[in-house]
Order: sequence, then C-alpha cells, then structure tokens
Amino acid sequence: MTQATITMRDVAGDRAAAGKRAVVVRELGALERAWNNAFVRKTLIIIVLAVAWEVYARILDNPLTFPTLSETIKTLIERIGDGVLLTRAWTSIKVLLLGYFVGLVLAGLLTMLAITTRIGTDFLETMTAMFNPLPAIALLPLALIWFGLGTASLVFTLVHSVLWAVALNTHAGFLSVSHTLRMVGRNYELTGFAYVRRILVPAAFPSILTGLKIGWAFAWRTLIAAELVFGVASGQGGLGWFIFENRNLLDIPAVFAGLLTVIVIGLVVENLVFRTIEKKTVRRWGMQG
Amino acid sequence: MTHLLDVDGVTLRYKTPSSLITATDRVSFQVETGDRFVLLGPSGCGKSTLLKAVGGYLTPEEGEIRIKGRTVKRPGADRMMVFQEFDQLLPWKTVVENVMFPLSVARKLARREAEEKARAYIEKVNLTKFADSYTHTLSGGMKQRVAIARGMAMEPDILLMDEPFAALDALTRRHMQDELLRLWEDTRFTVLFVTHSIAEAIRIGNRILLLSPHPGQVKAEVNDVDRVSAENGEAAELEKRIHDLLFNDPHPETTV
Repeated sequence: MTQATITMRDVAGDRAAAGKRAVVVRELGALERAWNNAFVRKTLIIIVLAVAWEVYARILDNPLTFPTLSETIKTLIERIGDGVLLTRAWTSIKVLLLGYFVGLVLAGLLTMLAITTRIGTDFLETMTAMFNPLPAIALLPLALIWFGLGTASLVFTLVHSVLWAVALNTHAGFLSVSHTLRMVGRNYELTGFAYVRRILVPAAFPSILTGLKIGWAFAWRTLIAAELVFGVASGQGGLGWFIFENRNLLDIPAVFAGLLTVIVIGLVVENLVFRTIEKKTVRRWGMQG
Repeated sequence: MTHLLDVDGVTLRYKTPSSLITATDRVSFQVETGDRFVLLGPSGCGKSTLLKAVGGYLTPEEGEIRIKGRTVKRPGADRMMVFQEFDQLLPWKTVVENVMFPLSVARKLARREAEEKARAYIEKVNLTKFADSYTHTLSGGMKQRVAIARGMAMEPDILLMDEPFAALDALTRRHMQDELLRLWEDTRFTVLFVTHSIAEAIRIGNRILLLSPHPGQVKAEVNDVDRVSAENGEAAELEKRIHDLLFNDPHPETTV
C-alpha cells in the first residue's frame, strides 16, 4: 500500500539561519495614531473653519452683516457673564427636555401597542405615514390657537417632532430582530413585557438609538424655530427669542453668539451624551461598526 | 414505559403565502435518556421542522409530542435549543452572562449560583479565557461552543441541536464533533441532533433516524451506530449503505 510522505520543516531555525526575525506586531508612530483618531481630525476641521471665518470677516470688515469670530466670542463671553445667554439657553433646554421625554413615553406606548396587536401596527403605520412628512413647526399656528402663547404650545409641537421619528425607528428595529433571537427568547420562557424588555429592546437598540438621535435633532430645530416665531412666554424667552431680539436691536455679534450657542449645545449633546451611550452599548456589543 | 421523548405519529404542516406544505407525515420515534439521536435526511425531509416542533415552536396537526410523558405545547427551558446561526447569542451580553441568562430567567437561580454554574460549563467547553468577552469578538466555532455550554448549563431534559456545525469550516466542524462527543462522555446528556451530513450523523449519533423528503417520512432507523469502528472501514461501509438508502430510491417519484 502506498503512503503519503510528510516532511517536517523547522520554520524558526530557517529564519534564525537567515539572521532575520518575522515582524508580527509593529507599533504605529504617535502622529499616525493621532491621525487615526476621528476626534483629532474633526477638531482640525473646526480650527480650519474658525480661521477661515476670522480671515473672511476681517477682509469684509462689516460687523453689521458678518462680525468676526473674535468679536462673536467676545460677545458670547459677555452675554454668558451677565447671565442672559445662560438663562435663555436653560429656558430652551427645560422646554426641550419636557417635550422630548413626553414624546419618548408616547413613542414607547405606541410601539408597544404596535408589536402586540395588529391593529396597533396599522395605527402606528398610518399615523407615521401622515405625520412624519409634516414638519412639526407647521402645527405651531394651530397649537397657539389651542393652547395659547406659552410652554404648552411649544411642548405640543415638540412632541410631534419627536414622537414619529422615534416610534418609526423603534418599530423598524423591533421588526428587524432576527428570527433566531426571537426563538432564543421564547426558549427561555420569556413572554410579554419581559420578552420585550430583555430581548427586543436590546436587540433593536441600534435602531432605537438612531431614533433618539433623530428625535433630539428634530426637537432642537423645531424649538428654536418656534421661539423665533412667537418668542417670549411668561416673560422668559429662550435662545430663539434671544436671536430674534438681538437682530431687532441690530446687535449682530449677539445674533452670532446665539447661533453659536445653539450649535455648541447640539454638538455637546451629540458628542458627549449620544456618543457615550453608543460607546457603552452598541459599539461595545459589536452591533455597529 | 414512558420514553424520554416520544414523537407519536406527528404530521406537521406550514403555510407559505401561496400554499400549505406538509413537512412531515406521521413521523414516530422514541428517544431514551442518554441517547445521541440524529435526524438525518436531505433538504425538504422536514428534519428541522420536526426539531422545532419538539422545541414547541410548531404544533403538530396530527399526533403528539411528549417529553417525559408531558405533552409539548410551547417552547420551554426543559428543551434547550442550539441553532445553526451564529447570532443565537445575545450580543449585549458577555459569554458568561449569555450562559447565566437562561439560568436566572428560566431556572430562577440566584446571581451567584448562576454565575458559578455558568463558569463551570464555560470551562467544560474550554472558553474560560473568553468568559468576560463580548460575543462579537469570538470566532464562529467559539460562538457555537458558548451556545452548547448555555444549553448544557441548563441541564435540560433534552438538548435540541439544529445543524449546529453546518456553518463552520470543515476543520472546525471536525473539531467540534469530537468536542461534543467528549462533553457527552463527561455528562451523558440526551441530545437530538439534526444534520444533512451522513458522516456527521455516524460520528455523532448512537441512533440515526433516516427521513425521506416531500413529505418527510421515516425511512429507516439505525441503531448501535457507536459500535461501528472508524478504523477498519466499517464506518465508511455504513455511510455508503445509508447513502444508497437515501438516494437510490426504488421509487423514483420520491427522489429529488
């Protein structure tokens, strides 16, 4: 009977004889590592934009239409110093949080209904089909008639901007949970709310998080727009009102300072709050690149 | 005498949007404690559907499935499933949390007790080093070992395995088959194993049920499979005989 032959090779010996060593791991240089960090790259972009702003505004030399960055920052610091900007921002954020959380609770109830009953699914689909394309701000005139000038109208509009985006994403997330995971959940004898909480919600978390982010962005925009339209409620204006008021006073650096505050708050929430949640959840679980 | 698992004249049907398909037609078999019972057949013989029915995910249209005399009505932790898909592990839990999870939700064990048990079974499948890793960092074979550890840790009446090694590469598959046998030597659990590979059925099983397709019907039952030796060509001989039984059908209309 013929047999295959096996010849052993001494890999390490061959290498040693040639006086070489295979490089298995090479450390990257500090610059290369820094460039691989998205935060570093994005900071660089912001610095470039800031320099461009400053240079252009100085060439233009017209503070009534386009103040320089340094002027804007000076105003920003002054207005933060006298407390106006911070109280305005806080007023906005209070209303925003209220509207956001009411929206989230309603979205949660609606999706619960949608995954447990077929008529609930139909209801959610019909409502999102109707209201999702409708900019929430378009409801503001109506809200003003129903609820008058005040927080109630703002919250009503905000709920509309949050609810449909979050409900739509959460529901889509639930639907995309794999058949295998559902079977695993039932194998563990999980039913009803426990099944939703322990299997569906974590499995759909990437979509839910996307919904939360979109909802937040919608709410923030809607709020600033709404404040521009009717401004003060019970003597307390928000950031939108701050921008509007200062435009009327032709204090353009203050307008820019207000806009900058809107941007900064948006960036902070996106990068600190949502990025942190993302890092601790979906990235850690390998559910998102 | 009550059998551990008694599948008694089971007919399974499922609906597609356009038709009603009969997956199995009056299939009967019995599994005893400590059996490594393999359901073997080509695709379309309803072996996976049958396993899902034992798992409680489908209700037989005819006949009955009993586990230790109790009729199977819904999924339950007395029949732990091991699926083919790698996504059967919960990605938001670490390896040890994955194994602990059914112990705490279905067995209602206290946290400490569940963790102790989970770590013991993770050691059995040689994954102690990865116990605190998230599952996306594991290879396919490692994920299947976690799924097996999770099933075994529950100490179910029967472990239901649905082609658990089919998505693995050939080398890993061989390795996993040996490992499953080693685990069985260790704890002598009862397992119902679905496969379409004759070689795998012979390596894994001590009893094999051959199913023919369209609709799934029992063709033959092979017992004492573990007595054949792989060395002297008996296994190869058995493999050939089973192959002929499954594919050289004297009735051509039932052949695929």
